[in-house]
Amino acid sequence: MVEFLQFTLSGLSFGMIYAAIALSLVLIWRGTRLLNFAQGGMAMFTTYIALEVIRHTGSYWAGFVVALAAGVVLGAAAELAVIRPALGKPELNAVIITIGLLILLEGLAGIFYGGQYRSFPTAFSIIGLRAGSTPLGVSRFDVFVALAVLAATLLLAVGFRYTSAGLRMRAAAFNATVARLSGIRVARVITVGWALAGLLGALAGVLVTPSTFLYPNSMDSIFVFGFTAAVIGGLDSPLGAVVGGLLLGVVLSYAGGYLGSQGSDLTALVALGILVVVLMLRPDGIFSGARVRRV
Amino acid sequence: MSEAASLAIEDLVAGYGEVVALDRVTITAGAATITAVLGANGAGKTTLLRAISGMVRPRAGRVLLDGADRTGRSPEDMARAGVAHVPEGQGVIAELTVEENLRIGTMSWPGLAPRRADRAAALAEAYERFGVLADRRRKLAGTLSGGERQMLVIARALVARPRVLLLDEPSLGLAPRIMTQVMDMVVRLSRENGITIVLVEQNARGALAIADRGVVLNLGRVVAAADARTLATDVALRHHYLGF
Repeated sequence: MVEFLQFTLSGLSFGMIYAAIALSLVLIWRGTRLLNFAQGGMAMFTTYIALEVIRHTGSYWAGFVVALAAGVVLGAAAELAVIRPALGKPELNAVIITIGLLILLEGLAGIFYGGQYRSFPTAFSIIGLRAGSTPLGVSRFDVFVALAVLAATLLLAVGFRYTSAGLRMRAAAFNATVARLSGIRVARVITVGWALAGLLGALAGVLVTPSTFLYPNSMDSIFVFGFTAAVIGGLDSPLGAVVGGLLLGVVLSYAGGYLGSQGSDLTALVALGILVVVLMLRPDGIFSGARVRRV
Repeated sequence: MSEAASLAIEDLVAGYGEVVALDRVTITAGAATITAVLGANGAGKTTLLRAISGMVRPRAGRVLLDGADRTGRSPEDMARAGVAHVPEGQGVIAELTVEENLRIGTMSWPGLAPRRADRAAALAEAYERFGVLADRRRKLAGTLSGGERQMLVIARALVARPRVLLLDEPSLGLAPRIMTQVMDMVVRLSRENGITIVLVEQNARGALAIADRGVVLNLGRVVAAADARTLATDVALRHHYLGF
């Protein structure tokens, strides 16, 4: 029972990271119907920037804030510079551009920072918390990770639901034609969507890297799990992204915990298994809206 | 309410790829009037509205709003200039609530963000006029019936305070009783709110009954333009182009 609780809490903490990446993918998907394969690369790059700032200032929080700001700038710049010219052209063009952007960012990181593994500091202690004498399997930093992603998700949800800017973004995502005809500058809204996605990716990067080390490809596997979470939840659903991330995090934690030493090697296979099962039962993801088909 | 605007289309040429859908079309719509644009499928009616609202970039010709050249402006700019375009069959955003759809009408207002009080007043006016929408304000627009959706589209146009309203087949797929209600609303928007309306309709008889002027398109060209009563009584024209 104690193990179960530990694995669950640990899974929820990692699941929040997957949820952040999944949410960033959903934000872009809803606006442009494009899967941003560079999302992990962008998160990796902003984490390098954070590490540089921390190294020069000695302040974790300075690095944290700069990483988020860099995520916003990188997201918006990527949309303006390379994605916007490809919109309205064959869909594959933009997909290939995001793959190219990923290769570019990972290449630049290799050139600027080298390929060696770097450790990344944490904001809080990574010593496991205990309830009495019982270890909970999570640290203060894990709690911070969960709360940070939760706060970002709630802020986004409230912003989308209750502000005019959020209404603009939802209108543009659901029906760009009507939105444009109503005076909403959809191109600007899409840029904001990419900026927010960049912010979420940057957040995921600085939160997950203490567990994975930092190197040019360090976010690749996180991106794959985030993508899996987004597909599980339904690429159109922000709530689905969060639930998909948590579900994936918990199941992978159980797999890693209960399957012994081979468990951690099997995580990718388990994730694939979940993906296949969900797609067989709900091809558009768990939280996809009901499709109406004229017959 | 904004002041009504006149709309003039001069020698407009527009199309898709190698297809020329509009060939030197010239139309004038006086301020606060209803102009019915009629013709068979493929005549260029929808393209005309799309070219006016900026959805299609004209290859030649001019779109003048109160004499000011607005040719080739983006749909966002045209909406902010007071041109509201309700495209055929896709006027509401089904995933948003009725109230959110109405709030979208305020997005073309000048300034960064409308004042809360102004927005509330505009929505209250819309609910007063369209009581059925007030009862459903928290419902998703996708759950509304066809007639209610058209009411929502027209209510949103009212909220947007347009000077020119482009309506593409507003009665399409509606029951005759609802169709009559929708047409009545169109007339009220023009007469009571002083909005200049360009109405594209397959139902030529119904459109001419409420319009001040009519324009008949065929294969992208204007084949007749006159006051609505004259067109409605032109038997040869009706038989050739309007099907009644």
